[in-house]
Order: sequence, then C-alpha cells, then structure tokens
Amino acid sequence: MEYIDEYRNPDRIEHLVAHIRNISRKQIKLMEVCGTHTVTIFRNGIRDLLPNCITLISGPGCPVCVTPIGGIDQAIALAQKEDIIIATFGDLLRVPGSETSLLKQRGEGADIRVVYSAYDSLRLAQQNKNRQVVFLGVGFETTAPTMAAVIQRAKEAQIGNFTVMSMHKVIPPALEALVKSPELKIDGFICPGHVSTIIGTEPYMPIARDFGVPCVIAGFEPLDVLQAIVLLVRQIEHGEAKVEIQYRRAVSPKGNPKARDVMMEVFEPGDSLWRGLGSLPRSGLKIASPYGDFDAERRFDISPVNGREPPGCLCGDILRGLKRPPDCSLFQKACTPESPVGACMVSSEGTCAAYYKYST
Amino acid sequence: MQILKIDGNVAKAVLSGTTRQVYLDVLDEKAQVGDYVIVHAGFAIHKIDEKEAKETLDLFEEAGVFSPVSENNHGVH
Repeated sequence: MEYIDEYRNPDRIEHLVAHIRNISRKQIKLMEVCGTHTVTIFRNGIRDLLPNCITLISGPGCPVCVTPIGGIDQAIALAQKEDIIIATFGDLLRVPGSETSLLKQRGEGADIRVVYSAYDSLRLAQQNKNRQVVFLGVGFETTAPTMAAVIQRAKEAQIGNFTVMSMHKVIPPALEALVKSPELKIDGFICPGHVSTIIGTEPYMPIARDFGVPCVIAGFEPLDVLQAIVLLVRQIEHGEAKVEIQYRRAVSPKGNPKARDVMMEVFEPGDSLWRGLGSLPRSGLKIASPYGDFDAERRFDISPVNGREPPGCLCGDILRGLKRPPDCSLFQKACTPESPVGACMVSSEGTCAAYYKYST
Repeated sequence: MQILKIDGNVAKAVLSGTTRQVYLDVLDEKAQVGDYVIVHAGFAIHKIDEKEAKETLDLFEEAGVFSPVSENNHGVH
C-alpha cells in the first residue's frame, strides 16, 4: 500500500483539527522547515483550519531557495563555456542570478539540460565524450547520498568528463541558527520527512535537549502534518521537549545508515553560505579529495562570486521566518511565478510560490 | 512506488499507473518485487513500513481522536 489516501481522509482530518482546537491553550509558533510541508499546508488550507493560537511559519528547507545568488552566477559562468554541458534539476533553471538566469542563457545558446535523477547526468557524460558535463548539485540530505552514489559510479567507470558543482547543504545547522535567533522564538519544529529518512532522529536531539524546543518529524499528507501538530502541541502543553517521529512508515530513529555512509564517503562537511541565514559552519557538503577528480570547482576555474541580491527582494528574511511573502513590496506585483525576482518564487517548494498559488 | 522488477541496482516501479526507473544504490534494505518504496530524485531511499503506517493511524484512533466530534469540541463548522 502506498498509504496516501488513508492520510488524506477528510473525516480524519476534521477530527484531528477538532482535537487540536480542544488541546491548544498557549499561543505558539511552529515552523515547518521543509518546502514540501509548506506546499502541503497551503494546498490543504491547514493554516485556516488551525486555532488562532497556533501560528505556522515557513522555514528555509527549500534547497534552491537557499542557494546563494553567487552560486547561480558561478553556474551561469560555467554554462557560458563552449565545451561544457550543464546538467541540472529543473527548479534551478529559472532562478535569477545577479544579471541573468540559466534559462536565459539556454535561450542564448548555452547547453543546459534538465535531468530528473543524478544518473541522467552521468549518462549525458557517457553520450558526449568530447564535452565536459557539469552537474549542479543542489539539495539536502535526501539528495546528497544519491549524488554521492553517482560520483562513486563515475569513479568506478573512470568517466573523465563528468564533474559536480556541489552546492549541497545539510539541515541541522540551519535549525540551530533558527532556534538561536532572538527575533524568531520558535516553540516547535515540524521537521522534514525525507531528510529524516536519511538522518534519523539523532541530529535533532541538541535542538530539543539544549534549547528545549520539541521536534516532530512529519510526513507529507495533510493527516501527517496535522498529527505532527498534535504531537507538538501535546509536548508544549506538557512542558516537554523531545524528538518524535510522526512519519513512522518512512522514518526510523536510526535513519538510513547506508545512504549516510555513501554520502560521507564522497562528501565532507564545510562552511556554507545560505541565502538569508548567512555562512553556517559545517552546513555544506564539499567533495572529499579521494573524489577530487569529480569536483567541478577543482577542474574549472570557478572563482568565488559575491552575488547581488535583487533590490527589494525579501527572500532572505522570508527564509529566516521573519517575514512572509505578503510583506514583500515585490510580491504579486514585480515578482510572480511568470517573472520571478527571487528564488522563493521560482522553486516549486518556495514559500513565495506557495503563497502566490494558494492565497489569491 | 511499488517495485515491479529488479535488475541489479535498478528497479522498475509504478505509482498510480506511471512506471519509472528507480535506483537502489542507497536503499538500506534488500528490495524485493512487490515492496513499496519512498522514491526521491529517481532513487529508493526507504521501504514503506506497512505496520508503522497502520499503527500511526491506530494510535490516534485509540486516543479517541477519530471518534465523532462531540458537543464540547470546537468543530470546524
């Protein structure tokens, strides 16, 4: 069973909402970290169903949204080189860089291909032996192991024209930055589902233990999110702070050790710049030296670029949970899905895109 | 997605009538035809635990959360 319909059952949703209203007393702020949760919450009108004492804030769990503009500029610079094929996940295509976007560059002749899985990019390299294929590695702990597996395959097969520009990030340092933010004051985290499938519960323990903030790992159907909110409210009302798994059919406490091993065999943690959150220590994944031949930053002259944020764009504050899209003067006016100014409007998991799609 | 066929590290899987190629490189358990897996970016990352799926629903059932909305509850209507 896929266990999708059972978790969308309208009667059960109604009962859960009533239960939440029944047990909620305190004014609380919960943050859904993951972009996919933001979409579920919007698509099912969950904010409107919750009692007024619960505020839901969207967090920075959208990998494309937190990729700094400088990273996009670097990718675009590579795309402009003649012998390079850029392979990328679809969302990155339309994100504006400081001057242009990958999509616009493609329109001007740059060879940029959208792929669904990292293996597709390896295949591209095998099919185009006289060109260099650079894959733009974006994503958190759910995607990074898949990238690592492909890099391992590339090494085994000695594929000489394939590299990865790793812009991968890991979630726990971002949670720590958010929980330390004096302006934010989060009472509980709805933790990402599939990131947790990989990392398990252990990385969230310091948030609960050291900061007293409950963490519940949630699935992506409306019932999942509502159950997670029940678990969080129960903890908060009882003064507890622990890490719980609502999404038990997909997450075990130990996570997926094999995926983690593959990931940490190929990558190593390093400081990484997050849009909105700034540079966070040990929050990014760089390709480790045994796999250095597959590191695009080593093969090509990719100089650091300080990207220019578009004037008026509030993506940074939105990713930090301090502002909402309607607070941005560009929202729905200069910035729409058809002509996005910032990444949060481009990505299917972006907060601004979700607000735009479901709030009008 | 449900696994229909396995060939080394690649499986053919189906969801709602759509079949896809799914890589098994990072799956931590041995996959078998008929298994349901969570797929991300073309890779299986976890076998869906049916027992847990049922239990999660049952737990809330037992807590009376899914019983008919009583007069005391602030209903959605």
